[in-house]
Amino acid sequence: MRRAAFVAGAVLTALLLLSALLSLAWTPWPPEQIDMARRLAPPSLAHWLGCDQLGRDVFSRLMAGARSAWLVGVVAVGIGLIAGTALGLLAAARRGWVEALVLRGADLGYAFPALLLAILLAAALGPGMSVAMAAIGLHAVPSFARLVNGSAKSWWARDFVLAARVAGQGRLSITLRHVLPQLLPLLVVQGTTSFALAILAEAGLSYLGLGTQPPQASWGRLLAEAQTLMFEAPQLALAPGVAITLAVLGLNLLGDGLRDRLDPKEQAR
Amino acid sequence: MSAPLLELRDLHVRLTAPGGARLHALRGLDLTLARGESLALIGESGSGKTLTALAVMGLLPEGAEVSGRVALEERDLLALDDDAWCAVRGRRVAMVFQEPLTALNPLQRVLAQVMEPIRIHRLAPDRDSARQRAMALLARVGLDERQARAYPHQLSGGQRQRALIAMALAGEPDLLIADEPTTALDARLRVQVLDLLRELVAERGMALLLISHDLALTARRVDRLLILYGGRAMEEGRAAELLQHPRHPYTQALWAARPRLGAGRDQPLHPLKGNVPSLKQLGAGCPFAPRCPLATARCAAEPPPFHRQLACWEVSP
Amino acid sequence: MSAAPLLQVQGLGQHYGGRSVLRDISFTLPAGESLGVIGESGAGKSTLARLLMALERPHRGSVRWSGEDVHAMPARARRALRPQVQMVFQDPYGSLDPRWRVGRSVIEPLAALPMTGAERQTRLAEVLAAVGLEADAALRFPHQFSGGQRQRLAIARALSTRPRLIVADEPLSALDVSVQAQILALLRELQRREGISLVVVSHDLPAIEVLCDHALVLRGGEAVEQGPAARVLGEPHHPYTQDLLAALA
Repeated sequence: MRRAAFVAGAVLTALLLLSALLSLAWTPWPPEQIDMARRLAPPSLAHWLGCDQLGRDVFSRLMAGARSAWLVGVVAVGIGLIAGTALGLLAAARRGWVEALVLRGADLGYAFPALLLAILLAAALGPGMSVAMAAIGLHAVPSFARLVNGSAKSWWARDFVLAARVAGQGRLSITLRHVLPQLLPLLVVQGTTSFALAILAEAGLSYLGLGTQPPQASWGRLLAEAQTLMFEAPQLALAPGVAITLAVLGLNLLGDGLRDRLDPKEQAR
Repeated sequence: MSAPLLELRDLHVRLTAPGGARLHALRGLDLTLARGESLALIGESGSGKTLTALAVMGLLPEGAEVSGRVALEERDLLALDDDAWCAVRGRRVAMVFQEPLTALNPLQRVLAQVMEPIRIHRLAPDRDSARQRAMALLARVGLDERQARAYPHQLSGGQRQRALIAMALAGEPDLLIADEPTTALDARLRVQVLDLLRELVAERGMALLLISHDLALTARRVDRLLILYGGRAMEEGRAAELLQHPRHPYTQALWAARPRLGAGRDQPLHPLKGNVPSLKQLGAGCPFAPRCPLATARCAAEPPPFHRQLACWEVSP
Repeated sequence: MSAAPLLQVQGLGQHYGGRSVLRDISFTLPAGESLGVIGESGAGKSTLARLLMALERPHRGSVRWSGEDVHAMPARARRALRPQVQMVFQDPYGSLDPRWRVGRSVIEPLAALPMTGAERQTRLAEVLAAVGLEADAALRFPHQFSGGQRQRLAIARALSTRPRLIVADEPLSALDVSVQAQILALLRELQRREGISLVVVSHDLPAIEVLCDHALVLRGGEAVEQGPAARVLGEPHHPYTQDLLAALA
């Protein structure tokens, strides 16, 4: 059962990745190609999921949307994970005022409304995908930092870390060689969860007009555009909705499976 | 000679490991205990001693398979359903756990926790008399009024363990099971707690089943000893007898393994070779065979029957 | 420097958040001799062990290794001295990194010494043999060993740098009874064969008698009695020590 879930997760995530990569080279139709003659065309052999209100092929736009999802996800989670983990590890290794500073900073960052952050960034950089990546990424830093700090602290108290200190290892060496590896399962799960949340957040920002701008395709944009046509052509909202759901589900299952695999008790079998 | 209060006959417990494997954790235990008697079940990790206690309390984990007979005053405990167990636990048989801090509710004052079994089993007509009874019990175990009104975290380890004992006695059980009640305590407290248990048991005509890994500590403080290893009984007998003349090679090894105070810096040490087997490592024959100085091929292939209080092919009972 | 005693502690005291956990501890340990620190939980034993190992800075007093005050020197200099003073911890299940193969953990203290990879591997084989384990044990993970075997691995790690002093914090109490005697015998053999000094922190009085020349009894952070082990355990002066011994009868 667990293995099946892991495989399902891996497959879904792989599909997401493949369609994103593929879309760089080929899509059934150019995602931005407008053809008013085919306005709201139902699914057919030529257009697998039909066309939207401007005659653009929905399936092609979904594939292009996958590209945005991946890009935003990777960059945003990358920012959150790398910066957050580094801060959390630093705080746990140094304790004292360094830790206090990092944690209070995280509290502030956490309290700062994500939406406000996105609006401010949009005002500074002009709306676009980079705003989405920066806002989501920055917002993820405090939660990673707090999580990593909490977990790292409990590992620092363990006897084998004391033994490393007795062996003459310095703080940086202990952090990188003893503490960080213990955090991998945590980071994997948190990373995939954040990735899923990033996709949702990007969809939200694009919906509000703060993220990817037309004619660029993102699943959030597609949802926003489909909103007014909910009753005429529900498949226009359904398609991106299902895509988001499958992507989030796949990432969560993958994360759970990877965390199990990373347990050394499994490794030694 | 009265009928036994507790009788275990051919008790087997099988567990399911996380990976799915079936582990035969307890392999045919026989045990009787009369009123007024105290018996210590001695064993190391994996010996099955805690499982025995849990079987008698009906607290075995989900998925555990039990077979054999567990009878409390002729009443078959294995046949009880959940409702019937609620009437038995606390009232007929009670347990004192190993770690007082986790066994006590941190959000409730000690007095309230001791009152609970009294109220549940309706041993007092109203709240006030229940409170008086609980106070009296706590006083008997050496806790004063101030301590009775305290929360668990405000008491010391020894005081918490006494509170647990009072709680166990509140239901006026016939049988008291104490699972390593002194592990979390310091040397001097251990002795005090064990002596207290003995006194209480004698006063109330109860029976005491003590689970321990410490032969030296318990041997002088109970009537009988039953030594377990790898899920099987190795030797049984009156404590004084067993101390003077241990027959089973495992019992002898346990005695010899401890250094003696006063025997000097250079006293010879007699360590037992090998490791205590985990449940997965147990083979077909006598569980002690891999480490036994007397072991033969037969010992490794066939487990000796428990006969005349001894399970060994090489030593005559 | 060889004229100075191996370990010298003077007026050692420690505080945690305003609460005093150790007060005015002093003793001297010559090379080749061993000390037993006796006490119950909460007496300050583990704090003392950490202070001796310079894992914590004391509130008061000094700890000297071979005459050098460990807290009066820069961290780098202290680290250079660490190979001489190693530690064995109480919990065999927690003292080895669960994600490292045990061979890697055993030679970790050697990272501070200038040795080639081949020399480290040779030393690994030597210490594993010294504690009675097979050479191929090095490739396995901690969870594949029993408690007693893990404690042997912890001792092998402590031996790797050829230390002059090993501080053992309750080395036996987490082990099964039938295995404790093995580790006790191993420690005594290492004392005799390698001339290593031990500081054994424990509440196990017979074990201390077997391993130690000197004894110090801790109670509530203070040394209530100290002196030759045979005397402290045989004819205790202080009522607390007498109580401890009576409990064993």
